[in-house]
Amino acid sequence: MALVAPALAIVIAFFALPAVRLIATGASGPLGWRAYAAVLVQPRYATSLVETIVISAATTLAALALAGTLAVIVARARFPGRAALIAALTLPLAFPGVVVGFLVIAMGGRIGIVNAISSALGGPRIVFAYSLVGLFVGYLYFSLPRVFLTMLGAAEQLDASLEDAARSLGARPWQVVRDVLLPGLQPALIAAGAICFATAMGAFGTAFTLATRLDVLPMVIYTAFTLDADIATAATLSVVLGVVTWATLLLARNATGAETAAAG
Amino acid sequence: MKPARLAAILLTVATVAFLLVPVALSILVGFETDASDGPLGGLTLRWFAQVWSDDGATVGRSLTIAVVTTAVVALAGVPLAYVLATARRRWARVLEELVAVPIAVPGLALALALIEAYGGWGAFRGSSWFIVCGHVLFTLPFLTRSVLAALASSDLETLEAAAAALGAGPAQRFRDVVLPLARPGLVTGALMVFTLSIGEFNLTWMLHTPLTPTLPVGLADAYASLRLEVASAYTTLFFVIVVPVLLVLQWIARRTQARGVV
Repeated sequence: MALVAPALAIVIAFFALPAVRLIATGASGPLGWRAYAAVLVQPRYATSLVETIVISAATTLAALALAGTLAVIVARARFPGRAALIAALTLPLAFPGVVVGFLVIAMGGRIGIVNAISSALGGPRIVFAYSLVGLFVGYLYFSLPRVFLTMLGAAEQLDASLEDAARSLGARPWQVVRDVLLPGLQPALIAAGAICFATAMGAFGTAFTLATRLDVLPMVIYTAFTLDADIATAATLSVVLGVVTWATLLLARNATGAETAAAG
Repeated sequence: MKPARLAAILLTVATVAFLLVPVALSILVGFETDASDGPLGGLTLRWFAQVWSDDGATVGRSLTIAVVTTAVVALAGVPLAYVLATARRRWARVLEELVAVPIAVPGLALALALIEAYGGWGAFRGSSWFIVCGHVLFTLPFLTRSVLAALASSDLETLEAAAAALGAGPAQRFRDVVLPLARPGLVTGALMVFTLSIGEFNLTWMLHTPLTPTLPVGLADAYASLRLEVASAYTTLFFVIVVPVLLVLQWIARRTQARGVV
């Protein structure tokens, strides 16, 4: 018991107690505990919550499709420089959201690469960094390496002879994907997707750097806390956000847990 | 060449370009005299000198916070992982869940909770320790999992029983059996914690004060208010600190995997 004391003390002092306090603060506004129900129907916050869920879901689907495909490609191929390719694809793992926001500006800002190439070719002015597209590109950039790493691990564990068997039995390529690859990768897809979604829901740095007027939930919370000094609302929204991300991960784990049990 | 193979190569190249071209570009801009003239307009180290003289202390603070965080997390996480690896009881699973919850909760919410609970303790609130608390909470699950994985893949219980039968006490067993078995996980976990701490922004932006900015906070300020060349030089400085650690992590992962196959 003494061995777990330091970890337990940290989690209780810096998470459990503050979380209880935050939940109480969320109910300290004029509405009391009803504030939690109220933020879900109040148009400004409800819209923000829906927008955040939509952009996070879009990011998750795009990241799973792209990183999942790449993971299968890299897992099956053997070529010189493979290790370097994996290193290149996972390098941005260490970049925080703020830095990713800056890289989006380097791509799609006023003097970004895309605009430079377009104007050099006599094309139109293309600036997307500060719009919804820029935010999506940033979230995708942030998620790709993480999802790729999880999917690569799963794809390497998958028995390649199953695909060969399906092919030799006359399965078309799309049938191999549908009937062999996707079922085999499903637990990893769910796990990586859930983490990707939860991370995107709470992402703050990218939106902060892009300084867009997009009301993703973390930006709304930040604005409520700092500019409006509406600490009760900031707390209510934080608790809602935390519950959404935590529940997503819990659901995903139960789903993959059931999956593994069924397979075993 | 078969079309499917060509498509696979194109997709891979396009993704690598998407990930690395902006990095290369922002490094290049940090050396340019004037970003609107491009690299042919002249190269300079002036922006790096400016970042270093203005924000060298910030970089130093970030490194200190990362080292302290790693040390605290290792001291708390290794014993925890040992208990989780050996205890079969239900409470151990509950404890594992409890420690992992902070990963699932957005940093902004964790930071607000910390401020709500301890914001009134002026000296603590204003110190770098406040940031360390947030970082420790957020990174503890990563190191614990990494060490737990190393212990779970070893024959911990048999070895410990053998050591006990030979007369080794608990302290000696921990030092001579548990720690060596935990070491691969500890090294990976510690490097991961260090990288996470150096780059942490979601929590830190709320937890820092004007007197305790960290590297990502300095970056955010540079992006908001300084010229592009300085912001790029600052970003490059961040890459220089964080990328080597990441490469070592990748190298360890490859080596472990190669050994696993053999």
